[in-house]
Amino acid sequence: MTPLQLLTWARGTGLGWALALCAAGIVLRLAEMLSLGRAADLAPPRARSPGSGWRTVFSRSLPPPGMFRREPVSYIAGYLFHLGLLFILFLSAAHIELFHALWGLAWPALPSPLVDAMALVAIVSLLVLLVQRLTHPVKRFLSGFQDYLTWAVTLLPLLTGYLATHHLLLDYPLMLALHILSVELLLVLLPFTKLFHSVSVFFSRWYNGDAFARKGVAS
Amino acid sequence: MRSKHQLTVGEGLRQHGISRRAFLKFCASLAALMALPPSMAPAIAAAIGRARRQSVIWLSFQECTGCTESLTRSHSPTLEGLIFDLISLDYHHTLQAASGEAAEQDREQAMKDNEGKYLLVVDGSLPLGNPGYSTIAGRSNLDLLTETARGAAALVAVGTCAAFGGIPGADPNPTGAVPVGDIVKNKPIINIPGCPPIPLAITGTLAYFLTFGRIPELDARGRPRMFYGDTIHDRCYRRPFYDQGKFAASFDDAGARQGWCLFKLGCKGPVTRNACATLKWNEGTSFPIQSGHGCLGCSEPGFWDAGSFYRALSMPVGAVGATVAAGVAVGAAAGLAAALRNRSVRAGARAAHEKVGVAELGGGAEK
Repeated sequence: MTPLQLLTWARGTGLGWALALCAAGIVLRLAEMLSLGRAADLAPPRARSPGSGWRTVFSRSLPPPGMFRREPVSYIAGYLFHLGLLFILFLSAAHIELFHALWGLAWPALPSPLVDAMALVAIVSLLVLLVQRLTHPVKRFLSGFQDYLTWAVTLLPLLTGYLATHHLLLDYPLMLALHILSVELLLVLLPFTKLFHSVSVFFSRWYNGDAFARKGVAS
Repeated sequence: MRSKHQLTVGEGLRQHGISRRAFLKFCASLAALMALPPSMAPAIAAAIGRARRQSVIWLSFQECTGCTESLTRSHSPTLEGLIFDLISLDYHHTLQAASGEAAEQDREQAMKDNEGKYLLVVDGSLPLGNPGYSTIAGRSNLDLLTETARGAAALVAVGTCAAFGGIPGADPNPTGAVPVGDIVKNKPIINIPGCPPIPLAITGTLAYFLTFGRIPELDARGRPRMFYGDTIHDRCYRRPFYDQGKFAASFDDAGARQGWCLFKLGCKGPVTRNACATLKWNEGTSFPIQSGHGCLGCSEPGFWDAGSFYRALSMPVGAVGATVAAGVAVGAAAGLAAALRNRSVRAGARAAHEKVGVAELGGGAEK
């Protein structure tokens, strides 16, 4: 198989399968979770606090009092990684071209040096988080196979994307094929691993915020 | 007087009134073509001048004759054309005067006279689906190739069809077309892909064989490195614009006319190894990218099935809307099934006054 054939597979058959599996998985898991429902809470709410669920969706993005000082690495590296990833995903010119080709929607891109910097920040943050996970006794104890798997499949698209953009290590077409394939691996695993938090995080935050408000601890 | 076959190339050229100076110049350009130092030119001249004309048998299978058309474009009036005087083209459907039985006799005679020494050039792919799809003198391509390859010194697969299957081998490959390399395993094979290949790549490879008596250095795909060592993109005059991120957005827009890169218009230059950007076509006049059209990638395996010619390499090959919709439908059906199952599990548990947890409900994916 030549790089061209690998790239063609990644851009065609592979992409189709990955997107279909990702869409099927997300719909399946959402349907499964939402259909479970919750037992009706027959007790009257302790306090009237409209909108607590919605507020929690945002307030959970901020560290609770004292936590930032206790866990600065998790917060700083965690934030930098997530922001970096979102910036690269939605604001790099190459990705906007892709969204334009797929859905006909386009928006202004960030200058490429800035996107480059964000990519490096995200990659370094992931490395820092891995080192901390391995050295922090509690984090290490809590980590299982899936934590390392999801870390790896998140790092790969970032790394291959950076290397492809800068024509490093391998020929551009081969690195581009590896980049697309790594994204496809991420897409396939997303619905069935902890990576599903990218979809479920706001559902669960809303639910917790709403349930806590009924118990008198509204955010 | 000796027959035409027995003359050395040097004698033949002098008979044609080609001067020593013109011949040396030709050899110097050959040396440059083969990426050899200019000091090699006299050595090449000596080797070629002394050599007997190389017997070449050319078999055409499932092809369009475009490769032969290309070869004849190097023919006249340039000196490269006189490569025909360096070789003795003993059998070639399109170019030989003989036909029918006489033509086949020519081939058999050449095979007998030059046993183990002749070069076998093939253009076109071989249909394995049904031998009747392509026959010559009532014989299948497979039969003819295996018979003629037996006594050949080496094979040259000219064109993408012979080298990789090409257009006949494109999806869904109705004739079961295969390249020469899938049939002949015990002889050296030089692939000169392209649709068609650059004429100089054909003649240059033959000249190399004649000069050095061996096949040139090949890459992993069996292509001579001297012609297929670099990608089109590596040698493209629009490359600086690629590096600056300046891309033509449509054919013949202001950017395209200023020489901006055609990557976004589907140019396959970055994945295509060929010499178009340096040797060019029609005696060095131009090549597709210079004419404002992206590279089709015609010298690469599977080029016909490598997505649209007009989609950038980083873009999806086709529309994905239907695939995603199918995924959503399957996911929704599976989700509904899971919801119904969970419901019945919970109802059963309630009736039996038991508790249910995530494990019983088929969840727990996030362990």
